[in-house]
Amino acid sequence: MTRPARSIAAGWLTPSYLAPAILLIVAYGVVPFAGSDYLLDAMLTPFLALALAALGLNLLTGYAGQVSLGSAAFLAVGAYAAYNFNLRLHELPFLVSLVAAGLVAAAIGMVFGLPSLRLRGFYLAVSTLAAQFFVQWALTKFEWFSNNNPSGVIDAPPLSVAGLTFSGAAGRYLFSLTVVAVVTLLAIRLLRLQVGRNFIALRDHETAAKVLGVPLLRTKLLAFGVSSFIIGIAGVLWAFAYLRTVEPAGFNLDRSFEILFIIIIGGLASIRGAFLGAAFMVVFPLLLSRLGAALLGDVFDSGVLEMSQRIVIGALIIGLLIAEPRGLIALVDRLAERVLRRSPRWFRRSTQF
Amino acid sequence: MRLSRSLRAAALAAAIGLSAALPAHADEQFFPLQSYRVGPYAAGGTGFFGGFIDYLNLINIRDGGVGGVKLAWEEGETQYEVERGVEVYDRLKNHPGVAAWNPLSVGIAYAMIDRITKDKVPLITINHGRTDSTDGRVFPYVFPLLLNPYSETSGIVNYIASREGGADKLKSKKIVVLYHGSPYGKETIPIYKLLADKYGFSLEQIEVPHPGNEQQSQWLSIRRAKPDYVVLRGWGVMNPVALKTAQKVGFPVDHIIGNVWSNSEEDVIPAGDAAKGYVAITTQASGAEYPVLQEIIKTVYGQGKGNLDDKKRIGSVYHNLGIVNGILNVEAIRIAQRKFGQRTLTGDEVRWGFEHLQLDPARVQALGAKGLFHSINVTWDNHEGDGRVTFQQWDGTKWKVVSDWIAPDWAFLRPIIEKSAAAYAAEHNTKVRTSDETPVSQ
Repeated sequence: MTRPARSIAAGWLTPSYLAPAILLIVAYGVVPFAGSDYLLDAMLTPFLALALAALGLNLLTGYAGQVSLGSAAFLAVGAYAAYNFNLRLHELPFLVSLVAAGLVAAAIGMVFGLPSLRLRGFYLAVSTLAAQFFVQWALTKFEWFSNNNPSGVIDAPPLSVAGLTFSGAAGRYLFSLTVVAVVTLLAIRLLRLQVGRNFIALRDHETAAKVLGVPLLRTKLLAFGVSSFIIGIAGVLWAFAYLRTVEPAGFNLDRSFEILFIIIIGGLASIRGAFLGAAFMVVFPLLLSRLGAALLGDVFDSGVLEMSQRIVIGALIIGLLIAEPRGLIALVDRLAERVLRRSPRWFRRSTQF
Repeated sequence: MRLSRSLRAAALAAAIGLSAALPAHADEQFFPLQSYRVGPYAAGGTGFFGGFIDYLNLINIRDGGVGGVKLAWEEGETQYEVERGVEVYDRLKNHPGVAAWNPLSVGIAYAMIDRITKDKVPLITINHGRTDSTDGRVFPYVFPLLLNPYSETSGIVNYIASREGGADKLKSKKIVVLYHGSPYGKETIPIYKLLADKYGFSLEQIEVPHPGNEQQSQWLSIRRAKPDYVVLRGWGVMNPVALKTAQKVGFPVDHIIGNVWSNSEEDVIPAGDAAKGYVAITTQASGAEYPVLQEIIKTVYGQGKGNLDDKKRIGSVYHNLGIVNGILNVEAIRIAQRKFGQRTLTGDEVRWGFEHLQLDPARVQALGAKGLFHSINVTWDNHEGDGRVTFQQWDGTKWKVVSDWIAPDWAFLRPIIEKSAAAYAAEHNTKVRTSDETPVSQ
């Protein structure tokens, strides 16, 4: 986001949307037909959901500088809210439930964002832990949330929008992809507005921002609200498109940490970083596990392989952060720069966003 | 840089390519195993899946498979996590000749019910699972074999009644249920309430958050409540910690009754002295003296193909449960083969086999498992199969059986199960079956 401001019209005319457009064409036109059910159901759909959650957290932590450890709680709020809207208001179209679930998550997020008015850094992180524990406790304690199911597990109904049912792996993938693409575009737009600049001003120097006339209270609460909204939508995708069943324990502190690690590894304050980080944390371990099982599956049992993968991934994370503390995105940009140094100017611009 | 990148690309391509190239054999029945050998529940996972694989190996080595059809399997590590279980399901579901799924996790089983119903492949949740899936009219593909959670609860309450000298003596008693904070642990909350109303004992149910390695506050609450019995509905590390903490707060160990997932050697040995006198319910006896175990030791471990690393665990509770699970799966295939022919069966044909899985004590003896478990009688509408339970007491070195084979109160439980299943059917627009015909796909 260091790029100078420019008019929106010019933004649409220059081919800076070329790279994402190609990516979208491949994602819509090639992947659903070429990919196996396993690729779509077990890799890409959870990748999309977690990438969206990471994007939400990145707005809050990367751009606005407010550390949060409550992401999994907002995922859970989104998932359970959509489930209950769907269950109790039968006439409500699913897209409305989806947005309403995001709004509920945003409301809860703003409530738990209130301490940010007084707290910063680690202290704020600890106070967002309250959201993590409170939401999980409430969902377990009050059986109403899971429709009095004794196990506390909910089954997500099939996805259908305007008579169109997204059954099948490809359908669920396309649904997730569309939601993620739309929300990502909205997030990019938001960051280019005054609000987005306020976020960054707030992160870089709170006092200076205040002096410049940035309304701190509104900006902070807005950051929490927008971030939780996006994470809530991601929770709906996680529950309805990916797992299709949810229990509160699936949204524990580990998940919050996972989302935080995604943005640290991917790159703070970067839209693409959230996606790269999610790919590293979701898809890469699966590839590694398939590779390990295929090469060494006959020699070692699955437990030994699992342990070795953890060691490999842990070592990679340490190595990566030593090599590039600003995350995968900085690494990718450096590589791209080398490749693109001799390429035409319009092409160079098209890869920056 | 370019070289290392192309190397990386090649490695990725190899990973994807290898995963796509699934071997296809003729006449092979495949068991996808969502096992867990890592994490807080590894003791249960290694024992159970070890026993299961040992029995499948025995059938392959001794009999050349079932009716000439070899048994094959592949493991995928789940760590008892739902997300990983679903990933393994997606990975293995397209393997040819899938016989049945055995995830050994309530959470994973719940996530799979819709999926396997669509695939028409049976889902086996031996001794656990979703209770109302006992009703085969609504859940044609789900089998909580031997003992569903409600039957288990009824068995435990009946046992406490017998120790107190009759069901009428329960009136003045107080029972605390200490349960694992997971779908598995919560499954029995309503049935304990119903039984408390029925018999008039007072009841308190206390949750221990997963994984359960910290229970000081729960046991202080128990000390304040002064119950006559504590039912331990634990899993994994929660069990030894419960026994040790009970000793610390001075609760008598012989008044702690373990449920069917708190009944293994791995639960009591780490607790040391604190476990001496502890009583737990079981559907299968421990020990290696049964003929089927002797054959596994001779044939499978004799050839170095045994699955357990630690041979001392042969005949332990989880290992024997895995063997019983193997017997039930293999016999279901055998029964289905009699109807459909000796070939690789489809999941739906294996479902038919499970729905006719009737092993009387004579057949159990012929299988070399007399005394290991009692009998099973699965029908198209009763997917549990009326398993019997027994109680065992830990004497510090081994489990000693302290009761006969007891029957839970099925007549009392069945209407509750049917009501819950009917609610599920209504919520999901499921067609309720009226006979053992192939279920209509939705």
